[in-house]
Amino acid sequence: MKTKSIKAHLTRRYLFSASHRLHSDEMSEEENRATYGKCNNPYGHGHNYIIEVTVSGPVDDHTGMVCNLVDLDGFVHLHVVERYDHQNLNLLPEFASEVPTTENLCIAIYEIVKRGFNKAHLDKIRIEETMMNSFEYLGEDGR
Amino acid sequence: MVYLTRKAEFSAAHYYHNPQFTADENQRVFGKCNNPNGHGHNYTLEVTVKGAVDPKSGFVVDLKQLKDVMSREVLDALDHRFLNKEVPEFFTKIPTTENLAIVIWQRLAPKLNAAQLHRVRVYETPDLFVDFYGEACDRGAA
Repeated sequence: MKTKSIKAHLTRRYLFSASHRLHSDEMSEEENRATYGKCNNPYGHGHNYIIEVTVSGPVDDHTGMVCNLVDLDGFVHLHVVERYDHQNLNLLPEFASEVPTTENLCIAIYEIVKRGFNKAHLDKIRIEETMMNSFEYLGEDGR
Repeated sequence: MVYLTRKAEFSAAHYYHNPQFTADENQRVFGKCNNPNGHGHNYTLEVTVKGAVDPKSGFVVDLKQLKDVMSREVLDALDHRFLNKEVPEFFTKIPTTENLAIVIWQRLAPKLNAAQLHRVRVYETPDLFVDFYGEACDRGAA
């Protein structure tokens, strides 16, 4: 039997550092430089990425929690932070044919969490590439 | 519709314990947070209200009134308190950040008349926060 419960949204922040180069094989050298500017430097550059994972669901009466933080932290550390921390994003399979912009990184991380984490509903991935730039992905059906 | 957010800080102690669980279950589910002597956090509260801008005042809400309600209903009750022992809602509810956001909403919502409460956000640490929008959902529909 379904009963109504109170719904809350929980956000946890994680940090990793990685390098990337923005370059599209579909553009000429000049077009790449014009599009990506300094980010097209062939040797790459890096960022301290801050990842915000927002999940939601009913607050469990027995625990007072949307989901146990130990489970969320364990999943994100194993499948996201360890995958990307101190890596060159361009060399990872998901960026073999995609430019590792922070938009595409948002989508890649959303897909990892959506596919593998089943203890709460994934609302959103938000990434701060720098203090000045942030990106959000809410899935295909997102706002 | 315009949204206005007011921040506040409070510091409080808590621990997580469900009397229906065995000691082992409490330890397994809540870990370090189960220490009965409590531990504490510097919480940051963000209260967001929404409404139409009053043509006479140019305000969504009188900020002084909002500050007064937040101080009286929330900060006076929670700041420098042991939540489990001093705040009646947490005599029965576990004072998780989720439940804190819900309790703060329930304390504020009936006292705000000019503007409508939109969101209560509670930061337990800079890396962990909960948003509550007054939503209900079907249990199991996570």
